[in-house]
Amino acid sequence: MGFLHTWLPYILAGIAVGGQYALIAIGYTMVYGILRLINFAHGDIFMWSGLIMVYLITTLPLWVSIVLVILFAIILGTTIEKIAYRPLRTAPRMSIMISAIGVSYLLQNFALYITGGLTKTYPAIALLQRAVSIGPATTKMVTIITPFLTILLVFLLVMLIQHTKIGMAMRAVSRDFETSSLMGIDINRVITVTFVIGCGLAAIGSVLFFSNYTGINPMSGAMPGLKAFVAAVFGGIGSVPGAVLGAFVIGIAENIVKGTGWTTFSDAFTFVLLIIILMVKPTGLFGEKDIDKV
Amino acid sequence: MLAIRDLNVHYGGIHALRGIDIDVPDGKIISLIGANGAGKSTTLKAIMGLVSKSTGHVYWDNTDITGMKTKDIVNSGIILCPEGRKIFPDLTVDENLSVGAYLRKDKVAIAKDREIAYDLFPRLAERTWQLGATLSGGEQQMLAVARALMSKPRLLMLDEPSLGLAPLVIKDIFSVIQKIKEEGVNVLLIEQNAKAALDISDYAYVMESGVISMAGSGKALLSDPRVQKAYLGE
Ligand SMILES: Nc1ncnc2c1ncn2[C@@H]1O[C@H](COP(=O)(O)OP(=O)(O)OP(=O)(O)O)[C@@H](O)[C@H]1O
Ligand SMILES: [Mg+2]
Repeated sequence: MGFLHTWLPYILAGIAVGGQYALIAIGYTMVYGILRLINFAHGDIFMWSGLIMVYLITTLPLWVSIVLVILFAIILGTTIEKIAYRPLRTAPRMSIMISAIGVSYLLQNFALYITGGLTKTYPAIALLQRAVSIGPATTKMVTIITPFLTILLVFLLVMLIQHTKIGMAMRAVSRDFETSSLMGIDINRVITVTFVIGCGLAAIGSVLFFSNYTGINPMSGAMPGLKAFVAAVFGGIGSVPGAVLGAFVIGIAENIVKGTGWTTFSDAFTFVLLIIILMVKPTGLFGEKDIDKV
Repeated sequence: MLAIRDLNVHYGGIHALRGIDIDVPDGKIISLIGANGAGKSTTLKAIMGLVSKSTGHVYWDNTDITGMKTKDIVNSGIILCPEGRKIFPDLTVDENLSVGAYLRKDKVAIAKDREIAYDLFPRLAERTWQLGATLSGGEQQMLAVARALMSKPRLLMLDEPSLGLAPLVIKDIFSVIQKIKEEGVNVLLIEQNAKAALDISDYAYVMESGVISMAGSGKALLSDPRVQKAYLGE
């Protein structure tokens, strides 16, 4: 009983934050799976989703704002792909990575410009903030909703990838651009759909994630973005189930570290975990052996 | 009918195709033979709109398809079964066929063509759920041909379908190619195996370093001493 009393809140918090990381990590892993690109701007799209929410909620109802935030993230992500990545698709992979880093800084700088560097207050969403008690622990509704919503969305995504025509096209394109287009698949469309999914999920993740905090600033996307990226690498980048599992492991692990009183080191711990995994299994938990394109 | 006129392709500084003309009339098997690096695969890729820096024209049923998107070219009835099979390794046999029919919407007809494909290659019919990667080389080639047929092409282009296959499997594939032609599909065939290709071709072109150096009926080329010396190893 004493054990539960002490640890349950941390485990619950870990599962919740894990779900939030998972929603971001899917964007990293899917884009990597298709373009072999680490989309460094992804964490900043996540941050911008949070920031836009701050502005939208002042005039619009909650549900409308959430829908618009998702739309905004999708438009931002697909536009970035069109402008900054598509023209470099046949260039050496390093060029497109550098372009991604550039876009990341651009998004941060622009956020800095808009906010004046001040931390904005993220709206308190009553539904998510409501207190609930589970056994000995008291927590917020968002902690309960997140894992279920995440699992539901991941389930839908896996169904899409495995059992629809566009999902089949995504799997084909992720292995071989040229042959896919020879079969009549529109590569650009498949890539756009990938960004739509990744950014849409990141936007949903932003609503859940930022409800845990009161403030948001231009750097707010960096740490969760990095954690989600680590989760994707941990799970084997390119794999959706891997990224989701990795995200939950990292979320729970870092909260357990917090529970032991080593809060200061909880971020560092994530990276130690990553290094260990990569030493034992360089391709991550579910990684393909042959990560390079055939 | 497909007509290639004065086609040129550059890869950076390499002038890979130097103004070639090829005709693929309806209901015929036309083959293109030549040494490694002659530009055969480049020709087929250029027809499919896969190489960017090309000049000249490709006419398909009197429409100029030069510069069209690959997807639209596939939609117009041309399909390329690429060199090295290129089946999708982590898709099942059945899914590989579905990708071949990607642009088609007629579900009933697709299901029928799937059955026809499995009839043509019974070995695939036993392996519908097997992943592409786990097929043998010969089965992969059969799958590549079957996948191409799923687009219901009016022109089937095959890039070295016999590569690395045992003689018996080659015979199978070639007899299928002939069946396909009898169904009224035009065939443009690239082969290293010049003898087998010329045997079944109505007409053939010989390519050397990016130009067409000889052309004639399959029979005529088979008996041409220059062809015999250079490509038939006689
Ligand atoms: N993407 C490319 N970039 C640069 N050069 C290329 C490219 N593709 C082909 N080439 C060059 O163009 C020439 C023709 O190549 P192609 O693949 O068409 O030959 P091929 O006749 O199909 O040969 P093989 O019988 O060996 O398949 C070769 O010299 C090749 O090196
Ligand atoms: Mg070739």
